Amino acid sequence: MATAAQVLAGGLLLGAVYALFSSGLTLIWGMMNVINFAHGDFVMAGMYIAFLAVTWLHAGALAFSLLAGGLLFGFGTAVYYGLIRRVMRGPMLAQLLSTFGLALLVRYTAFWIFSANFVTLPGSVLGGTVKLGPIFIGIPQFVAGVVALALTLGLHVLLTRTALGSQILAVAEDRQAAMLMGINPDRMQALAWGMASAAAGIAGALIATFYYISPTVGESLALIAFVVVAFGGFGSVPGAMLAGLLIGLIEATSAFYIGPVYQDVVVYALFVGILWVRPQGLMGQRA
Amino acid sequence: MRRVLVFLAVLMVPGVMLGRVDRATVSAEAPVKIGVLLPLSGNAGAAGQASKAAIEVGAQIVNEAHPEMPNLPLAAAAGLARLGGARIEFIFADHQGNPSIGQSEALRLITQEHVVALQGAYQSSVTFAATTVAERNELPWMVGDSSSPNITGRGFKWVFRTTPIGPDFANAYVGFLADVNKMGHPVKTIAIVNENTEYGTSVGGGIRERALKEGYQVVAQIPYNANGTDVSAQVLQLKEKDPDVVIFVSYTSDSILYMKTFKNLSYTPKMVIGDDSGFSDPSFVKSVGTIAQGAINRSAWSIGRPGSATYRINEMYKAKTGRDLDDTSGRNMQGFLVLADAINRAGSTAPEAIRKALAETNLTPGQLMMGYKGVRFDATGQNILAYTYITQLIGTDYVTIWPASAAQHALEWPFKGSQQ
Repeated sequence: MATAAQVLAGGLLLGAVYALFSSGLTLIWGMMNVINFAHGDFVMAGMYIAFLAVTWLHAGALAFSLLAGGLLFGFGTAVYYGLIRRVMRGPMLAQLLSTFGLALLVRYTAFWIFSANFVTLPGSVLGGTVKLGPIFIGIPQFVAGVVALALTLGLHVLLTRTALGSQILAVAEDRQAAMLMGINPDRMQALAWGMASAAAGIAGALIATFYYISPTVGESLALIAFVVVAFGGFGSVPGAMLAGLLIGLIEATSAFYIGPVYQDVVVYALFVGILWVRPQGLMGQRA
Repeated sequence: MRRVLVFLAVLMVPGVMLGRVDRATVSAEAPVKIGVLLPLSGNAGAAGQASKAAIEVGAQIVNEAHPEMPNLPLAAAAGLARLGGARIEFIFADHQGNPSIGQSEALRLITQEHVVALQGAYQSSVTFAATTVAERNELPWMVGDSSSPNITGRGFKWVFRTTPIGPDFANAYVGFLADVNKMGHPVKTIAIVNENTEYGTSVGGGIRERALKEGYQVVAQIPYNANGTDVSAQVLQLKEKDPDVVIFVSYTSDSILYMKTFKNLSYTPKMVIGDDSGFSDPSFVKSVGTIAQGAINRSAWSIGRPGSATYRINEMYKAKTGRDLDDTSGRNMQGFLVLADAINRAGSTAPEAIRKALAETNLTPGQLMMGYKGVRFDATGQNILAYTYITQLIGTDYVTIWPASAAQHALEWPFKGSQQ
C-alpha cells in the first residue's frame, strides 16, 4: 500500500515535470502552427544557464530560474525576428527544417562549449527529501511541480483574461484581421516566442536541480514533450498540464507493475488509442 | 541510357583499381590509417570522447620515441619500425550509439577512407552490428572494450578482442562475493538491473546464470531502457526486495539517475556493484561520486607507482584531458596498442598479413599497460588471458580491493551512498 502510494506520488511529480517541460512547446504550436523542434534544446540551454550561474555566481534556485527565463526570453524573440518571421512566408517544410536546423545548431554549440560530459548541480542547491507519511517526495521535484502548475495557470490566465492575451490570440486566429484592428502581429508573435522560450528556460533550470545535464539531454525529453502536446490538444495550455500528469502516472504505474521496458509500449499504445478516439487531443478544439 | 551506363562503368574501373592498389602497396613512409568508431555524441558521448583521447595518447606512444617505457612494444622508437617508421593516423567516426550508423560508418571508413584496420565501438550493440561489415570486407577489427560474449562467438575470422568479457566479469564477481562471505558479510540475495540492449542483456544474463550456479538467490532481474527519463520504478522494486547486493549493468546517464533516485527515495542498498561502463565514466564520479561512496566496480587499470609505464601513460592522458585515465578508455588504448604491434609485426598493411599477425599475438603482462594476464587470441578472436580486478569508490577514486594480491585498500562494507 505504501509502495503503491509512492508510485502514484512519483508519477504525479514526474507528470508535473513533463507538463512544465511541454508548456512552452504547446504555446508556439498553438499560436503559430509552427512546430519548434529546438524546444528540447532550449530547455537544455536553460539547464546550462543554471549550471553556470551556480558555479560562477553561486546563485540560488530562484535567481538562476529567473535568469534562465530572462535570457531565453531574449533568445526566443531574437530567433523569431532573425529566423521564424522569414521562414513563415515559405512552405511548411521550410519551417520544419529551420527549427530542426536551429535545434542542431544549439545542441552542437553546447557540445563545442561544454563537451559531451555529463554534469549535475551540487546537491546543496534545492536538495533534500520530505517524508509525508510513507511517501518520499524530493523537494526539487516538488518545486518543479508547483512551478509547472503556476506557469501553466499564469499562461492560461494571460491568454484568456488579459488584453495582451486577446491580442496574441487574435493574431493566431487571423493575422490580417488583427492587423486591421491595429495590432502589430510581429510584436505579438515575437512575444509568444519569447514567453514560450522563457518557459522552456525556467523548466530547464528547475529540472537541472534533480537531473543530469548534457548537450543531448533535450533530445530524450523532447519526444515526451511532443507526445504531451499532441495528447493534451494542440495549443491548449491546460491540456498539456493534464496530459503531462496522465502520462507521468501511466509511466510510473506501468513501469512498476508491468516492468520498466514496457512503460513506453503502454504509454504509446494509449496515446495512439486516445488520438484515434479524439484526434484533437484531450482539450483541443476540433478543427 | 546505355551510353551513360558504359560511361559510368569506364569511370569506375580506374577507381576500383586504385582502391585495390592503394590498399595493397602503401609505400612504407605513408601514414598507416586506422578507422575508429566511437559514440562521440549522444548519451554515451562522454565515454566515447574519453576513449578517443586515450587512443590518441596510444598513437602518441607509438608515433613518438618513448625510451622511458622500454617494455611496451613500439614505445621506445618513433613509428612502426618494420614499416620504415610509418606513423599511425586515425580517422574517427561518430556512430552516436546507433548500430545502423555504426554499420554505415564502418563501410565508409573501409571503402572511402581506405583504412587498413578498424577499432571500436563502445556499445556492444553497435560493435555487434558494425563488425559484420569488417568481416564481409575482410578487414581486421580490434574490439578494445565491448564485452558482450556474442561479438566473438560467431565464427568470424577478422574480429579480435583484447578486453575481458561477460563470463570473465561473472567469474570475478562470484569470486569476490565468495571472499566477502568469508569476511563475515553474508551475501545471499542478488538483484540484477540491466539496460536492455546487447551489453546489458548478455552481461546481465551471464551474471545471473553464474550467480544461480553458485547458489545465490537472484531475487530480481530488472531490464530497462537506458534512455528512459525516470528510474523510480526500478528503485522502488529494489527497495521492496532489498537484496544483499544490487548489480547494475548500465550506461552513464542511467547510472547517474540511479544514484540520484536512491537519495531521493531514501533507499541505501546494502551494496552496489556497477559493471564498469556508466560507473567508470569520468563524469559519473564527478557528478554523483559524493552520493555513490562505496560503490564496487571492476577495472583492469591501475595507475601504478610513480615512474612506472602506467604512471607515465596516466600523466600523458592527464596532460591531454585534465583527468586520470579510466578503465574503459584504458582498455581501448590497450586494444589499439595490440593492433599497432600486430601491424608492425605484419610488416605490411595488407589485411591478410595484419590478420595473421594478430592471430599470432603473444604478449606477456610486462608488455601491457592493463592488468591482463597477457594477450593471446583463441580461434574466435577472444583474448584468453583477459582479466579484471574489483575496485571500490572511496573519495574521488576507485581503488583496487580484490583480489587480495593486488589490493591497495581494504573493502568497506556496506555501501555508504551519501552518508559520511
